[in-house]
Amino acid sequence: MTLGRDEDKMAGPEPQPTPSIRVLVAKLGLDGHDRGAKVVARILRDAGMEVIYSGLYKTPAQVVDAAIQEDVDVIGVSLLSGSHVPLFGALCKSLRDQQADHVLVVAGGVIPEHDYDALIESGVDAIIPQEAGSELIITAIRDLVAARGRI
Amino acid sequence: MFVRKKSINPASYRASSDLVPLVLAGSRAAIARMISRAEGEYDEAAGALAQLYRHAGRAHVVGITGVPGGGKSTLISALIRACSTGDNKVAIVAVDPSSPYSGGAILGDRIRMSDSAEASQAFVRSMATRGHLGGLARATFQAVDILDAAGYSPIFIETVGVGQDEVEIMTAAHTVVVLSPPGLGDDIQAIKAGVMEIADIHAVSKSDRPEAAATATAIRGMLALGSETQRSSWAPPVLTLSAPSGAGIDALKQAIDSHLLHLMESGEMVTRRRAIARTRILATINHLIRRRFDDGAETMATQLAAVTERTSDPSTAAEWLLGLNRADLA
Ligand code: B12
Ligand SMILES: Nc1nc2c(ncn2[C@@H]2O[C@H](COP(=O)(O)OP(=O)(O)O)[C@@H](O)[C@H]2O)c(=O)[nH]1
Ligand SMILES: [Mg+2]
Repeated sequence: MTLGRDEDKMAGPEPQPTPSIRVLVAKLGLDGHDRGAKVVARILRDAGMEVIYSGLYKTPAQVVDAAIQEDVDVIGVSLLSGSHVPLFGALCKSLRDQQADHVLVVAGGVIPEHDYDALIESGVDAIIPQEAGSELIITAIRDLVAARGRI
Repeated sequence: MFVRKKSINPASYRASSDLVPLVLAGSRAAIARMISRAEGEYDEAAGALAQLYRHAGRAHVVGITGVPGGGKSTLISALIRACSTGDNKVAIVAVDPSSPYSGGAILGDRIRMSDSAEASQAFVRSMATRGHLGGLARATFQAVDILDAAGYSPIFIETVGVGQDEVEIMTAAHTVVVLSPPGLGDDIQAIKAGVMEIADIHAVSKSDRPEAAATATAIRGMLALGSETQRSSWAPPVLTLSAPSGAGIDALKQAIDSHLLHLMESGEMVTRRRAIARTRILATINHLIRRRFDDGAETMATQLAAVTERTSDPSTAAEWLLGLNRADLA
């Protein structure tokens, strides 16, 4: 149904239709900017992905809990508050603690380039610059999921 | 501008047969993964799903259906709190439509339930229809099996917002609650005759609105006219409620419990279970056959051409593909 183009790259025990990519679009901490999260949710939906939106003001533990129940491939966090370093650190640690670090973490929003290294270091899998267009967002997520393979 | 990316190592794949004992022990991660594999129709998961089905059968499955925006998710949020008593582990499968164009979906029910689900340790799973019609997804049934096998009960199914005839919930749940928002008034019969008939319980949402009482009256009026196809000795109650304030939630919970009791005492539970099993077998037959011919089989292509050119016809082609001949059918 979706993602036909990545099919041959997916690992797994048998060749089968690639399942839909599932994404949890999440807002962490005291950050009320939700316009970008909603725009991203729609972009991903239109690219054939199944998107769950966390709602505002979630803690890392709440986001990880939802990601596990929904068995998402990706947590896409939209963060504009400036608290990205500690919040992504806590999110990625919580994923590891819950043995859920197969879930890919993608960061978007307002994130200055000089913090990229720190985020990657703490476990973030990709950082999407604010001015990225929808094509770039979609491709980045598809590529990550294809590289990780079936779970 | 550039996307900063880590290099990703392929994840290891855990066999579904290894997940079965984890599901039975209640591991949320294992439950969630099995649901995904059912949705993705992994052949590798078929044996595990078959095993889990055999462990299920204890849960009370409650369907919540009604028009979009009627308040289903908000109501379930309130029911999660009301039902999370004692040893009850509550689960929810919430279905939303996939876009027919992109195949994608925004699954918006979870956001309304997340606070009460977190407080009560309820398991909430959002699910897209993936092209399935009738108000549910194909894998909704299997998700219920998995959660049931893991010890969850009650299990609430939220259907997609339905119109007239998306009544599949009737063959997935033991108890069906049809939720109607206020203001449907006189039009209520015309709007949703099919959906209204499947209710074991009628609920009118948003009783904080003035029109709610009139809507309840209209539904009672409709029920008083009776139905020729009386399915049961159970008389569906008509309740009004307001989920945010909690008004009417306890009464609804009691009605749900009473209906379960009725099913058990009257023996109707056996009939329901049989009906559910029957629908599932038939739906699976249908699905397997379609899958066989959808797969672009050469025989299908030949028949397709013949029917298009009118050198054959749909019935003859179908019978031929199924390996039937008219003598057998007679
Ligand atoms: C609109 C806006 C608001 C609105 C928010 C409305 C809403 N409901 O969203 C209002 C007026 C409420 C607001 C309030 C505040 N704001 Co303001 N706001 C903005 C502004 C001007 C635009 C944000 C926006 O909506 N853009 C449009 C959307 C579509 O773009 P986007 O969010 O960037 O998302 C795109 C990409 O980034 C990407 N993306 C985003 N998320 C994700 C996630 C993933 C996974 C992916 C792949 C991609 C992705 O895709 C999107 C589409 O292209 C920004 C300025 C800026 N440069 O961003 C400041 C800004 C974010 N705000 C700022 C501040 C300081 C505040 C306030 C604290 C101000 C105050 N003192 O009261 C409050 C805080 C409110 C709160 N509770 O958090 C600062 C943040 C500073 C920082 N991070 O260090 C900014 C950067 C302005 C500035 N330059 O100082 N704000
Ligand atoms: N006034 C009022 N609004 C409600 C009530 N229940 C739900 N709503 C609102 O109705 C809208 C749709 O609710 P939702 O639960 O998403 O409906 P669903 O589409 O049937 O799941 C939301 O804006 C809710 O806040 C209620 O009891 N009273
Ligand atoms: Mg809903």
